[in-house]
Amino acid sequence: MFKKIVVPVDLTHADRLSKALGVAADMASQHGAEVCYVGVTTSTPGGIARTPEEYTQKLTAFAGEQGESRGITTSSHTIISHDPSAQMNRELEAAVEKLGADLVIMASHVPNVSDYVWSGHGAHIAAHSPVSVMLVRD
Amino acid sequence: MTEESQEGVSPEGIPQPEGAVHLIDTDYEIGQDNVEGTLGPIGFDIHNPVFVVSGACIVAFVFYALALPEQAGALFSWLFSAVTKGFDWFFLGAANIFVLFCLLLIVTPWGNVRLGGSEAVPDYSYIGWFAMLFAAGMGIGLMFYGVSEPMSHYSSAIGGTAVENGLRTDWAPLGGAQGDEAAAVRLGMAATIFHWGLHPWAIYAVVALALALFSYNQGLPLTIRSAFHPIFGDAVWGWVGHVIDILAVFATLFGLATSLGFGATQANAGLNELFGLPIGPTTEVVLISVITAVALVSVVRGLDGGVKVLSELNMGLALLLLLFVLLVGPTIYLLKLFVSSLFAYIEYLPSLSNPLGREDVNFMQGWTSFYWAWWISWSPFVGMFIARVSRGRTVREFVVCVLLIPSMVCVLWMSVFGGTALHQVVNDGYTVAQDANLELKLFKMLDVLPLAGITSLVGIILVIVFFVTSSDSGSLVIDTITAGGKIDAPVPQRAFWCIFEGAVAIVLLLSAGGLQSLQSMVISTGLPFTIVLLLMCIAIAKGLTAERRLGK
Repeated sequence: MFKKIVVPVDLTHADRLSKALGVAADMASQHGAEVCYVGVTTSTPGGIARTPEEYTQKLTAFAGEQGESRGITTSSHTIISHDPSAQMNRELEAAVEKLGADLVIMASHVPNVSDYVWSGHGAHIAAHSPVSVMLVRD
Repeated sequence: MTEESQEGVSPEGIPQPEGAVHLIDTDYEIGQDNVEGTLGPIGFDIHNPVFVVSGACIVAFVFYALALPEQAGALFSWLFSAVTKGFDWFFLGAANIFVLFCLLLIVTPWGNVRLGGSEAVPDYSYIGWFAMLFAAGMGIGLMFYGVSEPMSHYSSAIGGTAVENGLRTDWAPLGGAQGDEAAAVRLGMAATIFHWGLHPWAIYAVVALALALFSYNQGLPLTIRSAFHPIFGDAVWGWVGHVIDILAVFATLFGLATSLGFGATQANAGLNELFGLPIGPTTEVVLISVITAVALVSVVRGLDGGVKVLSELNMGLALLLLLFVLLVGPTIYLLKLFVSSLFAYIEYLPSLSNPLGREDVNFMQGWTSFYWAWWISWSPFVGMFIARVSRGRTVREFVVCVLLIPSMVCVLWMSVFGGTALHQVVNDGYTVAQDANLELKLFKMLDVLPLAGITSLVGIILVIVFFVTSSDSGSLVIDTITAGGKIDAPVPQRAFWCIFEGAVAIVLLLSAGGLQSLQSMVISTGLPFTIVLLLMCIAIAKGLTAERRLGK
């Protein structure tokens, strides 16, 4: 039913993603779908990588490891953002469309008071993306 | 902007990026000194101790200026005059070095180095890039001084020189031009362009280039201390670096807050002129709050959705106003003035920029030295913002676009706005604009042109939006510095700086003389930053040499 699953990942907090990654892998094997891991980086040096190319290589490696250990087809896609904390939602939305995904699976925190002002990335994608979205609470 | 991932790269270790860049070898991991956490429901990610110390220093200085206004005022104005008068030769000499250094970068092979590695593509189109350069750098200044400065220099030049006890007491640039209208216009325009042309943009270009180079090509965090890595080595990650960053945050926040405060009084005068809005602290506080609120929306929307959109809007409006004044004003006179001012600038440049043995002491210290200190104290902020939007350009392209083109735009702007006002004085005998207060000169000049109601409104909008873009880009810069060079810190953090800046502006505005004394203090920080900028030139030369070696 699903052919391409997009899983947004934050490599800085990869430890918090395990549940969502597991769910995505299960869905992928069940539907024979491909999982595309999408990461957002900046062109300025950051904690994970000092250049966008280095980030892309780390993300590709991450996708490769996931594919091997979970036995699914994987790919990766890097978004280079000028201002991730403010623009990531819109950029993720655009990437989902561009990649032709039919399902988005992403980790999401339990909503709290600040979500009334600044909603989480998952909530934004779920509210605005035309494709199905599954939020996995941590 | 997105990029498809490449196949077949090694998954292990830290790989060399595509395209030649020279990453500096350092053990420092970006964000290693950061404290990440949540305060109630709001997340934060701040550099320890830069965030806390700079915040505390700012509050302490505000308290000092409020608690002991006379003492603070006396201290800071003494500091200000000691710096601009005692070190005039240093500012003028250093600024000349920056201009020569930038010109050198255009003609030498260093200019071939591309910011972000040889394969990097520009993040922004030329239009968006230029718009942001002006919005951060000098938009407001052009609005206020475009009309007033050519007239000031013209008046003092035509008044000629006056000597008392062997010292010049007049404010005329160089030898003045007593009684000679044509020569006074030329000298006045040349002096104005001198203050808004190559020198200020060279100051910005040096800082921006140093930051862009060390961040995009050499992998260091986007913060002021990174430019010092070639000089201090890994010590920049310790207290040396903390002090540099704190000083930059300090100068940026107070620079923005004080100009926001003064800007509010100026905008208030304009609104009073146009709509009869009452002049007073209430209106000014409302204005600061409105500007801060709009800036807040803009910072929350991010770089592309906020400051870029506003900058482009303002550039379009400014261009329309420029064309309008050019066409309905004395068009032929203005075009001739543009050409003759350009030549006058080139002709007088050597003597105007001469740092030693000057006779026109008042002009040199009160205008030039003051301006240089001012541009330099703003350079960490403007430079860092320019760096943020300049990835993917070659050094040559960068210098041409940050130095030569903006300088030409300033020549055009000053010729059109100053020229129209001068034409009104010299040919029509209309002196209302000449006699008006600084903040009203633009509106008085527009008054005698057609459609004055509309153009004045456009003028007010331009002033306010330029304040918004400065406040907005300033908050982004401070947020990045206080997050240790990370540009992906949580949004509430930049909202905090934006509100904090508005609050400081309001507090200083309501205090007696607070704005004046703290602005004097900010301009005094130009002195240590001049040394910083000179060191940056050395660091840029070193960095570019390393890049070039790699490219061969």
